[in-house]
Amino acid sequence: MTLLKVENLTLGFHTDEGLITAVDDVSFDLEAGEVMGLVGESGSGKSVTAKSLMKLNPGNAVYGDKTKITLTLDDGPIDVMGLRTAREMQVVRGGSVSMIFQEPMASFAPAITVGDQMTEQLQLHKNMTRREATELSIEMLNRVGISDAATRFKQYAFELSGGMRQRAMIAMALSTSPKLLIADEPTTALDVTIQAQVIDLMKDLVDEFGMGIIFITHDLGVIAQTADKVAVMYLGRVIETGPVREVLRNPAHPYTQGLLNALPDLEDLDTPLSPIPGDIPSPLERPTGCVFHTRCPIAMAGRCDVEIPQMGPVSTGHEAACFAVEDQRMAS
Amino acid sequence: MSDKPVMSVKGLSVHYPISGGLFAPKVVVRAVENVTLDIPHRSFFGLVGESGSGKTTLGRAMLKATPITSGSIRYSDDEVSYDLAEVTKAELKDYRKRAQLIFQDPYAALSPRMTVRDIIAEPLEVMGLTKTREETDKRVREIAAKCRLNLEHLRRFPHAFSGGQRQRISIARALVSKPRFIVADESVAALDVSIQADVLNLLKSLQEELGLTFLFISHDLSVIAHICDHVAVMYLGRLVETAPTRALFAAPRHPYTKALMSAIPSLDPDHRGQAQKLEGEIPSPTNPPPGCKFQTRCPHAIDICRVEEPLLEHSGLEHDVACHRWEELAASLTPEPA
Repeated sequence: MTLLKVENLTLGFHTDEGLITAVDDVSFDLEAGEVMGLVGESGSGKSVTAKSLMKLNPGNAVYGDKTKITLTLDDGPIDVMGLRTAREMQVVRGGSVSMIFQEPMASFAPAITVGDQMTEQLQLHKNMTRREATELSIEMLNRVGISDAATRFKQYAFELSGGMRQRAMIAMALSTSPKLLIADEPTTALDVTIQAQVIDLMKDLVDEFGMGIIFITHDLGVIAQTADKVAVMYLGRVIETGPVREVLRNPAHPYTQGLLNALPDLEDLDTPLSPIPGDIPSPLERPTGCVFHTRCPIAMAGRCDVEIPQMGPVSTGHEAACFAVEDQRMAS
Repeated sequence: MSDKPVMSVKGLSVHYPISGGLFAPKVVVRAVENVTLDIPHRSFFGLVGESGSGKTTLGRAMLKATPITSGSIRYSDDEVSYDLAEVTKAELKDYRKRAQLIFQDPYAALSPRMTVRDIIAEPLEVMGLTKTREETDKRVREIAAKCRLNLEHLRRFPHAFSGGQRQRISIARALVSKPRFIVADESVAALDVSIQADVLNLLKSLQEELGLTFLFISHDLSVIAHICDHVAVMYLGRLVETAPTRALFAAPRHPYTKALMSAIPSLDPDHRGQAQKLEGEIPSPTNPPPGCKFQTRCPHAIDICRVEEPLLEHSGLEHDVACHRWEELAASLTPEPA
């Protein structure tokens, strides 16, 4: 069952310097129980894409006319773009869709106990009594591997360590049994040893609860360890998507290839590191044509800087937006 | 050139007293405890560990940016040699020219109100290294060119630059006083991968060209593996393993080093969940466990580990490990295929 369908998501922000395009014509869909990795560097638009799913972007955000986001829950499909009032949006915020943020310290209120924050949302979204909410919250804290959960429940966020805070955040996000979980760089602020623990935990929970997950990260290693499929973003466009094995083993787009080559590889210390040449263009100077042509080693003058390449098949389920890929397909 | 190490650290401890409250007893954070370490001339020395392991404090102590509780740090180059625990004011002033720091966050490290030229020139002016404006400009242009910044860049303000360019500005500022020793504290952690490789290559080429010695602090083992020639692994204020990079990565000896390596997420989707997982988290440095500091998380801990603290034997140029059981563990484990 298709849980989420995003079609032609285009999003800009009104600023003093004019309208800045953050997301440009992005489409993807997600099945229930599937983990989609959304990879990209800073400024690629991965976080704003995720926030659009809950309409959490600030007031100066302008969505494109053709943007359509459909979330299919038990009661049938919901047109997210059509939700106007805060009351209408309650269906997607907090209850059926949950979000985990990067910095767990910043997402907990400092002056309210972890327990109060967990029970508040359950009372709001699930109409639970305070006692029911407390029981479920402590059970969830137990489930994510927090020892002595009843004590932790009464503590404040600053009394928990970084890894424990992120676990509590996950427990909180999952306690409403969401159908869709958006995890925005959930392990980036953590040490590698703690990151490995949190990744394991999230995998177990997907198996158990069967929700769809959008996993946002800049770390391709984390994607390889968690995702079923992956979408690579650059300057607001999805430039390659496909099953995670396909994309990581046979990357078709020069940007994805460049990203993989730029990663330091522990098994090959002799090859010098190869960066992607140049810098990410400022969003105010969006390149014409293919957004990547200014840094692309195989850019074709007169074509890549003029026309915008469309997504085309590489192999089954694997697509890339690149003229070189298109030419290769035509030739064979 | 001398064969003497640029930095010779002996039995260094750095403790921070913190108040536990009005009537509570004083608590001491043992950030660095009994560290002995030599950093050879012209080396790229890596220091790796989780947050809270004391790697930043050790780097700061070498820059004399934090008080030394006990032990000694000796800085030597072909001109001078200072004992950092007992430097005079004049010596310290001279030392500041010879040792510099590159920060983690290139967005926070540069003043938004100064042009790039002024940012790079500031150390020269503050330290009185140049006499005329022409001389300052010449030095700024020289170092900027080495860091791949052009004249047009020098006129602009930092907000106009991307993360990678900003980090190149920070590097130019650190190098303009012609230092011999550089502490790079997580200098690529805030950068995107495509830019990270570029900055690492730049640091490496500058090190070779200018004959610098680097202390490269990072939490990322794969970055350390690529750029450093020596590595020291820290845990809870102690060095637990030191080795030439290749020796360390070919055959890590300390269980903590092994765990750190296997926790790096593999790029191969078929290698999921094969990491050797560490339970729990790094203990608080105010209340370290007795014996080996790693025993609370170590899968191989036995009785002696809970009582007696293992020590590093050498000052660290050969492969050295602080673990009671490493030889036994190395012998019992069949070598894993890479």
